Amino acid sequence: MGKYIGQAIKRVEDQRFITGKGTYTDDIVLHRMTHAYILRSQLAHARIKSIDTSAAKAAPGVVAVFTGADVQEVNGVPCGWQVNFKSGETMREPKHPLLVHDKVRHVGDSVAVVIAETKAQARDAADLIEVDYEELPVVVESVDALKPGAAKVHDELPDNLVFDWELGDASAADEGLAKAAHVTSMKIRNQRLVPNPIEPRSYIGDYDASRDNYTLYTSSQNPHVIRLLMCAFVLGIPEHKVRVVAKDVGGGFGSKIYHYTEEALVTWASKQIGRPIKWTSERSEAFVTDAHGRDHHTTAQMGFDADGKLTALKVHTDANIGAYLSTFSTAVPTYLYGTLLQGQYTTPAVYVSVNAVFTNTTAVDAYRGAGRPEATYLLERLMDTAAAEMGMDPAELRMKNFIPAFDGVDQPGYQTQVALQYDSGNYEAAMRKALDIIGYDELRKEQEEARKQGRYIGIGFSSYIEACGIAPSAVVGSLGARAGLFESANVRVQPTGMVSVYTGSHSHGQGHDTTFAQVVADHLGIDMSNVEIIHGDTEQVPFGMGTYGSRSLAVGGSAIVGALEKVKEKGAKVAAHLLEASEQDLEFADGSWTVKGTDKSISFGEVALASYVPHNFPEGLEPGIEFNSFYDPANFTYPFGTYIAVVEVDPETGKTTIKRFVAVDDVGNIVNPMIVEGQIHGGLAQGIGQALLEGAVYDESGQLTTGTFLDYAMPRADDLISFEVDGNVTPCPHNPLGAKGAGEAGCIGSTPAIVNAVVDALRPLGVSDLAMPLTPQKVWAAINSAS
Amino acid sequence: MVPTSFDYHRASSVDEAIALMQQYGEDAKILAGGHSLVPAMKLRLATPERLIDLGGIEGLKYINDKGDHIAVGAMATHWMLESSSVVQQKAPALSQAAGAIGDVQVRNRGTIGGALAHSDPAADYPGAVLALNASMVIKGAGGERVVPASEYFVDLWETAVQPGELLVEIRIPTDAANANSCYVKYAQPASRYPYVGVAVAMDKSGGTCSDIRVGFSGVGHSAFRDAGVENALKGQAVNDASAKAAADQATQGKDVLSDWSVSEDYRRAMARVFTKRALLQVGA
Repeated sequence: MGKYIGQAIKRVEDQRFITGKGTYTDDIVLHRMTHAYILRSQLAHARIKSIDTSAAKAAPGVVAVFTGADVQEVNGVPCGWQVNFKSGETMREPKHPLLVHDKVRHVGDSVAVVIAETKAQARDAADLIEVDYEELPVVVESVDALKPGAAKVHDELPDNLVFDWELGDASAADEGLAKAAHVTSMKIRNQRLVPNPIEPRSYIGDYDASRDNYTLYTSSQNPHVIRLLMCAFVLGIPEHKVRVVAKDVGGGFGSKIYHYTEEALVTWASKQIGRPIKWTSERSEAFVTDAHGRDHHTTAQMGFDADGKLTALKVHTDANIGAYLSTFSTAVPTYLYGTLLQGQYTTPAVYVSVNAVFTNTTAVDAYRGAGRPEATYLLERLMDTAAAEMGMDPAELRMKNFIPAFDGVDQPGYQTQVALQYDSGNYEAAMRKALDIIGYDELRKEQEEARKQGRYIGIGFSSYIEACGIAPSAVVGSLGARAGLFESANVRVQPTGMVSVYTGSHSHGQGHDTTFAQVVADHLGIDMSNVEIIHGDTEQVPFGMGTYGSRSLAVGGSAIVGALEKVKEKGAKVAAHLLEASEQDLEFADGSWTVKGTDKSISFGEVALASYVPHNFPEGLEPGIEFNSFYDPANFTYPFGTYIAVVEVDPETGKTTIKRFVAVDDVGNIVNPMIVEGQIHGGLAQGIGQALLEGAVYDESGQLTTGTFLDYAMPRADDLISFEVDGNVTPCPHNPLGAKGAGEAGCIGSTPAIVNAVVDALRPLGVSDLAMPLTPQKVWAAINSAS
Repeated sequence: MVPTSFDYHRASSVDEAIALMQQYGEDAKILAGGHSLVPAMKLRLATPERLIDLGGIEGLKYINDKGDHIAVGAMATHWMLESSSVVQQKAPALSQAAGAIGDVQVRNRGTIGGALAHSDPAADYPGAVLALNASMVIKGAGGERVVPASEYFVDLWETAVQPGELLVEIRIPTDAANANSCYVKYAQPASRYPYVGVAVAMDKSGGTCSDIRVGFSGVGHSAFRDAGVENALKGQAVNDASAKAAADQATQGKDVLSDWSVSEDYRRAMARVFTKRALLQVGA
């Protein structure tokens, strides 16, 4: 539509980031600021018999020490999504206090906070706090926590069940399985992951007694949501008395969506001591306090008729929720998971039941992909396994079952068996493109040849779909969300024609300063350098919902477009006045209003200036050009794609080497292809990390064995290869940009492709399944026990 | 990540460092590159009252070709060893071990003396200096003594360096075997410490393996030479079959580590696999 959209423009924010000029929360230093250190539980489950803070309070530099007793009257942090039991009973929602007073429920639980003049003094004083614990039995796995007699995480509850939940038609699924010619049954483990954004969480609470108001600086993905939750549900402060600032944030991957206890704690404590308080997580604290991801134990049956057409899918999952309900934890294993079990397939009957379970572990919540990776891993492992069991080619089996192409305009959206209506899709096209790029037929021959030489090469598929651009407020509201999921924008045209855009979306690595500026510049026909994007401050930006679920462009970008339309409407009125023409006779192009069929025109800049110097404006024409827009989408967006991984397994060591990785994504219209490719690359790395390297391991006593980077293996450049990324474009039919979102695709689709490839490599040896991460030792053991 | 408070001394000479060690005894820890000690202090696993920093002693930062041996100052960095042409030619196993440590930033700061004095069972150097038949020059108030690598590694975190003493130099003989040496590492994916680090120095100037030394890092409580492998190959022509037969002797009779991430069985199996690969690398 203009000169910017569709161009791979370098990210304008990167100058600041790569030269170390970003301003992250921990970079902020306030006058008279103090430092907090939180004493955390080293035990997974224990009753606190007594706490003695007297020595800590007397230690050098200490300003205050608070324990659970001091915040007993303060509410806990809330859960933002209500999921009810099958019976209709409300989910169990025990208090998640800012500091515990009765017992600790996981390693890392907050026991006390020490506030001192320096961070070192706070840290030293914390060593002087004496806590007398009575150790209690520990439960770590969801499946164990459901057993009768299991240790109870919350004493006041009857057991560890948060809720049980179901979606789809159970009897139809049973029938579909009963009549199937072949049923593939699998037990699937989707292991727990630690998000590990590069910037640890950091907060500053600053109470100003002179105005009786608060400022919270936070490394958050959604400052307005934090303000709402903290004010209305935790501290009971009027919202207008709290400003929440989240400017530069160094990555989130979901883990910075949630309202954490430490945010409310520094805000509350700042008023108690009358001084600002900074708390910054240490990396080892982040491992045990940032909400984790995944952690499902699942059994599933997938039925096929004699032709290989799907007849039914039936799934049961026990989802570990951790010790407390994190903000969106309840939605992840339900509405972001069960609703995606249709996949790209025409499965006529789908049923899923889920138990969400408390354990003595760190809370689990949305992590890049959030529910959709678990759904995709399940479906795509089942498809490859079924293909092998039925002696079919895995690509062919998928193509036999794909939903036929539909654009959502001439053809209607696709109604799934699990509540969603897909907006538009062309699944076979993505598969065919991926097959072309990889040279599939030739590759199978090479695999055959390699096997004869004793080399183990495998080819793995994954055809994913995700629900992004979350979401229509009416839909999520009906599913239990305690918030709307619209987005806001404010476009402020400055007198000189510069444009300031205040967005409710939040960039913590996504490149909004660039992508949004491209959209604005093209819509107004102005230079990109004349556009400024501002986010992350509740005092500047209209109430917005923030960034997660690949929603920034599809929802936040659409809100900006809505405001730009209003700007153009107003601009036309001003231009008509200045050109002495009627609005109907004007056309807007390339940044100017022109009287049709004449050379009389006026530029956007001239209109802007006249709007703020309205010396001869007629009655009824207001000065200024500034508009808000709130955009609530009509539906989710549904990006999709097919990935193919080629791996080679060293049978001597069990080590997997990725030989090729082809990713064909269809994320709708693309504003900046370089940024989208970057998002895909990052997602692929994370998804491959889960397949091969990552995994949170707890021992029986509830200690996180993989609690540092010495033991928790993050993917690094030399674990990966140069990805072959390509795509198709099936626009989103219901938003003005036609964009679907690209933030999570790579992480959702890549994991099963890799596991399928490794299993495919080893199938001649009799290996049919492997549990993630596919560590060399695990693969080596499977090879040895198979052969 | 805040350490407990400590006093800091920056020594300007080896003698001053030794005098400070004598003065403060067990309260003091030596700081070389700091890449093991400082993280331990930040996690409060180490809480020394005093640090004696060797970073200011330029006289410990050298790699000198002395003809019959290479003399390496204890404060030579991993990067110096990795990039030294003398070491690359006359003791490639040492250069390769240095290059296998951490990342570039770590290799620019970390030192060979610090690593060998720390004697982490998972460190890369120890197996290499054993295979290279190096000797360690240890200095104390009473003067210098030279300890062969075979007597240097005592146990987990324990070496022949006594309280009040300082490792000041590592000497690598420049023999035919060392010139034909290699270090092969199979790394733990998170820490990148070796599951198995195997160094082989082999003299095959006569067409067969006339002399061989094999050292392991990361496999046992401390690094060790493996006579089983050495004896199996000595006097043999090196080929796939002889290399495999010799490698199959690896770690026999040795205590082998296991932890949450790898079993003893897997580590022994990988010791055999990577020993074979190392033997073929220098023997083919």
